[in-house]
Amino acid sequence: MITIAERINGMFLDVKRAIKEKNASVIHELAKRQTEAGATYLDINVGTAAADQHDAMRWLVETTQEAVKTPLAIDSQKLDVVKAGLEVAKNKVMINSSQGEPEALDIYIPLAQEHNAALICLTMNKDGVPQDVDTRVEIAATIVSKVLEHGMDMDKVFIDPIILPVNVDQKQPGYMLEVFSQIKLLSDPQPHITVGLSNFSQGTKEKSLLNRTMLIMAVAAGLDTALLDVLDQDLMDAGICAEMILNKQIYSDSFLKAARS
Amino acid sequence: MMQIPNVAEKWTGAVKEVTIGATKEEGGTRGKTVTIGGTNSLPFMDFDGKPGHKPVIALDVYDTPPEDWPEPLLKHYEDVVNNPANWAKKCADEYGADLICLKLDGIHPDKGNKSAGETINTVKSILEAVDIPLIIWGCENDERDNEILPKVSEAANGERCLIGGATQGNYKTITAVCLADGHNLITQAPVDINIGKQINILVTDLGFPNDRIVMFQTTGALGYGIEYCYSIHERGRIAALSGDRQMSTPVICDVGHESWRAKESKASDSEAPQWGSFANRGIMWEAITAVTLIQSGVDIIRMNHPEAVSIVKKHIEKLT
Repeated sequence: MITIAERINGMFLDVKRAIKEKNASVIHELAKRQTEAGATYLDINVGTAAADQHDAMRWLVETTQEAVKTPLAIDSQKLDVVKAGLEVAKNKVMINSSQGEPEALDIYIPLAQEHNAALICLTMNKDGVPQDVDTRVEIAATIVSKVLEHGMDMDKVFIDPIILPVNVDQKQPGYMLEVFSQIKLLSDPQPHITVGLSNFSQGTKEKSLLNRTMLIMAVAAGLDTALLDVLDQDLMDAGICAEMILNKQIYSDSFLKAARS
Repeated sequence: MMQIPNVAEKWTGAVKEVTIGATKEEGGTRGKTVTIGGTNSLPFMDFDGKPGHKPVIALDVYDTPPEDWPEPLLKHYEDVVNNPANWAKKCADEYGADLICLKLDGIHPDKGNKSAGETINTVKSILEAVDIPLIIWGCENDERDNEILPKVSEAANGERCLIGGATQGNYKTITAVCLADGHNLITQAPVDINIGKQINILVTDLGFPNDRIVMFQTTGALGYGIEYCYSIHERGRIAALSGDRQMSTPVICDVGHESWRAKESKASDSEAPQWGSFANRGIMWEAITAVTLIQSGVDIIRMNHPEAVSIVKKHIEKLT
């Protein structure tokens, strides 16, 4: 599966401090460890604390690129912070993320095309994050039609139906599985389906177990990528097993090793 | 009018290119080399992507006269079965072989138990007689293969041969010598895609580069398991094109030997009068097995009968 590694994010205290002190070695280390753990993309998020988010984003992107050639997911809700990251990105990139209303998509899709970038689109609009299945799927349909209208390659589109913490509303995980199944039917070729997995277990006492159980159920329902903690090897291995069970990977006695490499 | 939809598949992976044989400039003595693989589309669906290199034909040469070849096949080799060098020359000059596959049945304890010295001489005489690349295939007795193949490999050092086969139970010696002497390696599985993948992982774990591996799933001829073989090749190729690096190696199949041991190729006119002419049956058996497997995604086809070779070559030309 396509994995987006979550650790280079200013919400984590070590990264927050590194941004403040311009301490490159912390970022280098995280970039290398996450790449070795099998990250397809490294998420780059400056968090909310940085005094100058543009400057922080440029520094994080450049510093990460000093250590690895792994593709980057430029993560901000602010368009100009995303642009600041894109300007200095040399590695392959993904934009994380656009909201799902047409006006936003008309800005973000051409921006992604201009930078040959992949694009995460959230199923949220001006009214916020929908709580039901139907509105999420409707927004996903808007995203798909906008992608087709702009002639963007569907393989570069990642729809994120926004997973909510399990301890907030226990109906939501079941809804998510239904949403994944329906998004798969929206177009052929189909877009990727992704979630910010750690959000699911936020505030719980069994984060790792909850994350990997949800990941397995989600993969069975059609999820093929996630923003997650790639340093959690049990979680990564659970994803590999789920894909192998679904016959997406050919079994061999060393299938874990083969998929990790 | 409605626009015709574009149905081309976009694959994310590709089959690795493997070059067999080395010219003088490259440290060998071959007049030509053969490169296989390189495709990023399913066989002959080049609207999907790059077709890669065409399938090539390796003609078998044995180090000991074959005991069980039926007359319609043997008659084309009668004058050379006792001389592997002349046999190879005939295959290269008259029968259109792209490569020679030297099968070392003679080193098997039950089939002659030939010595390393004798085998090295055979290999050298073939390398002198022809300038096309060489495949060297053991006798599938682990003990004898592990004894003889390292010496043969060393004697052919620099020629970038394709040597086989490494199996799940016996791969360390042959992998190490191919690595040391710069040869390509055949990884072999018993019609089992999971073991096929596993053996590729095992040899690459030993440091063998996966752009020097050719996979062999023991071939089944027409009527003798060709469907299993076909579906394994096809599934392996789809996995390769979908990005499975361990499956992204070219594939060899053994059509000649498997077709000519079928009873349909061996039964004489008097034994099977209702089966059609004995003279043609084996040729058709071999040709149909080959053209079927070509569709499944194979890169080297081991063959025997010159007429079957000619049919298959024409078929490949027609498809490309």
